[in-house]
Amino acid sequence: MQLRVRALETVLTEKGYVDPASLDRIVEAYETRIGPHIGAQVVARAWADPAFKQKLLEDASRAIETMGLKQKVGDHLVAVENTPTTHNMIVCTLCSCYPWDVLGLPPVWYKSTPYRSRSVKEPRTVLADFGVTLPADTTIRVWDSTAETRFIVLPMRPDGTDGWSEERLAALVTRDSMIGTGLAKTAAEANAGAGA
Amino acid sequence: MNGIHDLGGMDGFGKVEAEPAEPPFHDTWEGRALALNRLMGATGEWNIDVGRYWIETLPPAVYLNSSYYRKWTLRLERLCVARGLLTQQELDAGHATGPGRPLKKKTATPAEVDRLLVRGSYSRPATAPARFQVGARVRTKNIHPASHTRLPRFARGHVGTIERIQGCHVFPDAAVADGVERPEWLYTVTFEASELWGPDADPTVRTSIEAFEPYLEAA
Repeated sequence: MQLRVRALETVLTEKGYVDPASLDRIVEAYETRIGPHIGAQVVARAWADPAFKQKLLEDASRAIETMGLKQKVGDHLVAVENTPTTHNMIVCTLCSCYPWDVLGLPPVWYKSTPYRSRSVKEPRTVLADFGVTLPADTTIRVWDSTAETRFIVLPMRPDGTDGWSEERLAALVTRDSMIGTGLAKTAAEANAGAGA
Repeated sequence: MNGIHDLGGMDGFGKVEAEPAEPPFHDTWEGRALALNRLMGATGEWNIDVGRYWIETLPPAVYLNSSYYRKWTLRLERLCVARGLLTQQELDAGHATGPGRPLKKKTATPAEVDRLLVRGSYSRPATAPARFQVGARVRTKNIHPASHTRLPRFARGHVGTIERIQGCHVFPDAAVADGVERPEWLYTVTFEASELWGPDADPTVRTSIEAFEPYLEAA
């Protein structure tokens, strides 16, 4: 594929359709600037600030605009909240729609046939593949991203984190917890990680 | 189209295998393929729906056997040839044999790339009020268009509830079939698992799709 993609890039460049320096800039953005740390900051703010959380759940794109993040977040983002009785999971059965602006590039498993085929029908067995077991009576709410709306899960805030700074809270927020295939790290897990 | 891309509810693909500490790209060509697709996608020569359709129309065996970025590469090659931007001979030779033609929008300079990476808006002014209100019971139509649609097979012909109204958006079916922007109301429609998967379904699961108004009728 290396040669094939190089051939395509060469022809497109020679035709004047693309500037290789622009390509470099795009690759660099996804390697260094756009990733799940952005979503983690948003979740931490929502945990720390109830008024922001309310705005986030009403219109995530507009709410995030007010955070003044270095990397801007675009339109049609919808935040869905996990509660003790409802767990949300995001999938795209038709392709690979994913909230790139806040989570970066989707992982390979998110785009894979097992995840896309099974999540809408048997989300509990998919969660089991991630080592996640939820109470039998928890409602699992699966969102299939079939249009240009993009979803991010607001995971539950772990116990024992009262008074934590947003920075400390953000370290609890994993990428998978914002897709719904994981939970936020516990306070103990975070402390163990910090000590390691 | 009833293509291989429409995977929801299929069996037999095995476990979800998550790679620990996955890098953004597994090889340099993946990053280049992504960047080429993003840059060409911003030239106005096709929209996001057309781009998806040209992945969906890959032969099923190729679709299943290709990695994500390989599919993106094949899509871009096919679209560029189909739209007269370059020729297959040029791709085979790895060099242009003639000048390019004017693009609908000028290609982005490095300084313009950051703006291009922020997701744009797909909502458009409504030409009519939304037909359905939150809480309304709706049935998805049993349609099988030969061209592009965003109504997945698993959710056709089923009764659900309007959970959210997401605004009026570019309608993908018309964007691909007719090459026009025909905005339609977009709704989150939620289904009980038993409605989609029958009496043996997990009763704690509720699944939604984002459904355009032409996919729906009152139930």
